Amino acid sequence: MSAEQLIFWVFAPVSVAAAILMVVQRNAIHSALFLILNFFTIAVFYLVLGSPFLFAVQIIVYAGAIMVLFLFVIMLLGVDREESLKERIRGQRIIALLLAIGVLAEILTAVRLGVGLAAKAPGGWDVVNQGGNAQALGRVLFRAYFLPFEITSVLLIVAAIAAMVLTRRQLTAAPGAQGESGEGEEAA
Amino acid sequence: MKVPIAYFLTLSAVLFSIGTVGVLVRRNALVMFMSIELQLNAVNLSLVAFSRQLGNLNGQVLAFFSMVVAAAEVVVGLAIIVSIFRKRTTINVDDEDLLKW
Repeated sequence: MSAEQLIFWVFAPVSVAAAILMVVQRNAIHSALFLILNFFTIAVFYLVLGSPFLFAVQIIVYAGAIMVLFLFVIMLLGVDREESLKERIRGQRIIALLLAIGVLAEILTAVRLGVGLAAKAPGGWDVVNQGGNAQALGRVLFRAYFLPFEITSVLLIVAAIAAMVLTRRQLTAAPGAQGESGEGEEAA
Repeated sequence: MKVPIAYFLTLSAVLFSIGTVGVLVRRNALVMFMSIELQLNAVNLSLVAFSRQLGNLNGQVLAFFSMVVAAAEVVVGLAIIVSIFRKRTTINVDDEDLLKW
C-alpha cells in the first residue's frame, strides 16, 4: 500500500464521519467545529491530488475565514437555542434520507458508467505542474482565465457592499421597534 | 500506486449526499447553510480529482473560482440571516412564514 493510498484510507472515513456528525449535532457550534474538521480532511485530499496551492487556499479561506465568520454569527445570534425536533411535514426526515440515497445512487451510477475514464492512469502531472503548482496555476489564471478573474474581484466588492448594506442598523427606524432590542452590545 | 479517481468521486458523492440530508432535515438556517458549504466542498473535491485525471489545470482553476464565489455567497447569506434575526428574533426556517399563504 503506497503512501497515497494510506492517506486516502485514513482520511476518507474521518471526512465522512465529520460530515455526518456535522449534520446530526444539535448544537450549531459543534456542527461548525465538525465542518472545520471536514474542511481540513478535504485540504489533505487536495494535497494528495497534487495541488498544494488549493490545499493552502482551502485552509486559509475555508477553515480560516469562512468558518470564523460562521462561528462569529453563531455567537452573535446566540448558541443556546435548541431547535425543536417536531416535524412540520410528516415523515420529513425519512423522505429526506431516501432522496439523499437516491442522489447518491444516481451519482455512483454515473461514476460506474464513466469507469472507462477511471481505468486510465492519472495524467501527466509533471508536465502540467511545470515549475510548481502555484506557478502553473498562476500562468493559467492570468492568461486563459484573466477576464473571469477580474470579474471575480467585482463580485467580491459587490458582496462586501451588500453585507454592509444588509446588516446596517436602521438609525431612522422608530424607537421601540422589535428589531432594535438586543442590539446594544454589538453596536458598542 | 495512485488512488483511482473513482474513489475520490465516490467520496465526493457521499459528502454531497450528506450535505443534501443536512439541508433537507435541519431547521436551523445556519446549519443548513453549513451543509450547503459541505456540498460545495464535495464538488470542489471532484473537480480537483478530474483535474489530476485529465492532466490539466482547468479543474483546479474552476475549484478556485468556486471557492471565491462560495466566500461571497457566505458573506451575503450570513448578512441576510443576521438581518432576518433582527427582524424576527429567530433563525428557525419553520418560523419564517411571512410569505405563507
